[in-house]
Amino acid sequence: MGNKIGINSIYKIGICFSIVMTMSVTMLNAQNLIKGKKIFETRCLVCHQADGGGVPNMNPPLDGSTGVNGKDIVRMVKIVTNGLDERVALDGMYYNNAMTANPDLKADAIADVLSYIRNSWSNKAGLVTVAQVNAALLKNKSKKK
Amino acid sequence: MTNSKKNLLNYVFNIFQIKQQTYMKKGILFLFLMVGVLSINVIAQENAGLELPAGFKANLFAENIGSTRHITISASGVLFAKLNYPNKDGNTIVRLEDVNKDGIAEKISGWGKFGGTGIYLKGTSLYASSNEAIFKYDLNSKDEVINPLAPVTIVSGLIDRRQHNSKSITFDKANNIYVNIGAYSNACQVEDRKAGSQGRVPCDILDSAGGIWKFDGSKQNQTYKDGKRYATGLRNVVGLDWNTQANQLFVAQHGRDQLNSFYPNLYNDAQNAELPAETFYAINEGDNAGWPYVYYDPSAHKKIVSPEYGGDGKKEGSSNYIDPTVAFPAHMAPMAVLFYTGNQFPEKYKNGAFITFHGSWNRAPLPQEGFFVAFVPFKNGKATGEWEIFANGFAGVIDGVKVTNTSKAKARPCGLAQGPDGSIYVSDDTKGAIFKISYSK
Repeated sequence: MGNKIGINSIYKIGICFSIVMTMSVTMLNAQNLIKGKKIFETRCLVCHQADGGGVPNMNPPLDGSTGVNGKDIVRMVKIVTNGLDERVALDGMYYNNAMTANPDLKADAIADVLSYIRNSWSNKAGLVTVAQVNAALLKNKSKKK
Repeated sequence: MTNSKKNLLNYVFNIFQIKQQTYMKKGILFLFLMVGVLSINVIAQENAGLELPAGFKANLFAENIGSTRHITISASGVLFAKLNYPNKDGNTIVRLEDVNKDGIAEKISGWGKFGGTGIYLKGTSLYASSNEAIFKYDLNSKDEVINPLAPVTIVSGLIDRRQHNSKSITFDKANNIYVNIGAYSNACQVEDRKAGSQGRVPCDILDSAGGIWKFDGSKQNQTYKDGKRYATGLRNVVGLDWNTQANQLFVAQHGRDQLNSFYPNLYNDAQNAELPAETFYAINEGDNAGWPYVYYDPSAHKKIVSPEYGGDGKKEGSSNYIDPTVAFPAHMAPMAVLFYTGNQFPEKYKNGAFITFHGSWNRAPLPQEGFFVAFVPFKNGKATGEWEIFANGFAGVIDGVKVTNTSKAKARPCGLAQGPDGSIYVSDDTKGAIFKISYSK
């Protein structure tokens, strides 16, 4: 009997522990997403629009974009950092405006804003970590040389 | 509590709220849909969803023909549309004929492989532009194209660096072509759209762009050296038309963007949403409208020095630059100008200008503006300085509910043309609707 209660308690503690763990991970992510949202609003929203829909022929959409939801983090980091001054072909459409560079954004800020963009509107891609951004920055730097 | 904790709580709370709102919204949406299904049919049939002055009616002349930029109409009423991209049939010029005269095109065909904006019919010569050249096709007596695969090159080699590359065209009475060559830049910074990058002195873009060039409509194979820079200091003109009463060119300019993005210490979001004006100019040969050195402030009624050239938001620019004849609210993007010479509309519209506004994007985070056709009254070849909204509702929102996100606009007004019966036609370059607007007492 005592044994049974013991197992029960362990279960309960286990469940509580996993809830706390999940919550804290979620909260950490939520905090990053809030930071990312703020960066998006000050730097990206005007061209890519509040709904991430972009502007036809000018500024490409982020919502539903195969580029944004894809796996090429290196390219995403490069675009955020250096901007983009070329005709963008995306999902069967073309976009012509030049994108502003953001050379002052640090790795954690880039991770936050990319995580926000990849998890907003209809987007459900993975979060981007600071480690991934740092690796991408290094790769882009060596490519430049 | 720290701010970040507050934010966190707010975030979690917001999620619950959003869920609740979503259910409520779904209910309301369903109700709207029920009412909508019943009423939309009636509205759509009557005025194609547009709000118009009393006595005017609208209907859909065509739908889904592709990204329709400018349009032109023959004396017999055949409409030609220039597309920005090939449509589903692979064509970039579309011919639309309303054979049974019910106001709807039923005979639709097309040709052409080059995307672009400009199209202008002069007699049996149909001029169409790509983003770097102007071509001429010939029509037979039934307004059918004779040489769809072999147009004559009138002008080529015009600069196309993606940004502002529409080569809109119009003609004067002497068969000269006026073509817009937009500046491939926002404000002629050393590095385009880069915070802190200064303006180029002088702005060398103006040598080959940022103005209106004049060419001979009857000569083949012209390029820059054969033409003449007719007017300069115009960032990007998509809409232009020749006023036959004043015998003068009129152009509508797209003003620069992003004052608040690059100069947050000088301009806030609200100021950026209202600056600078979209400007409508009466042009004389040699005029300079001042881009990139100045922009026009519609509330101060002044030309203000651009911040890239040492401006502080107040400092007035040189009086050598011309003033607009009408200043419209910022960022609405004027796409076409049409001087009305028909007899169908009431007297006040005669010789006045219709201007399409594509709808803004750079007013964000504030709601967008535009997505309508404006009317500018003229007296004796001069604008009275007033303007009014003529046709609204293209974006699909009615009665003050504004578009916040530009890509959600259902239709964006672009081209304009006047039919032989005095009706006007308005094209949309999102999916390619063409609205016909008529008047009857």
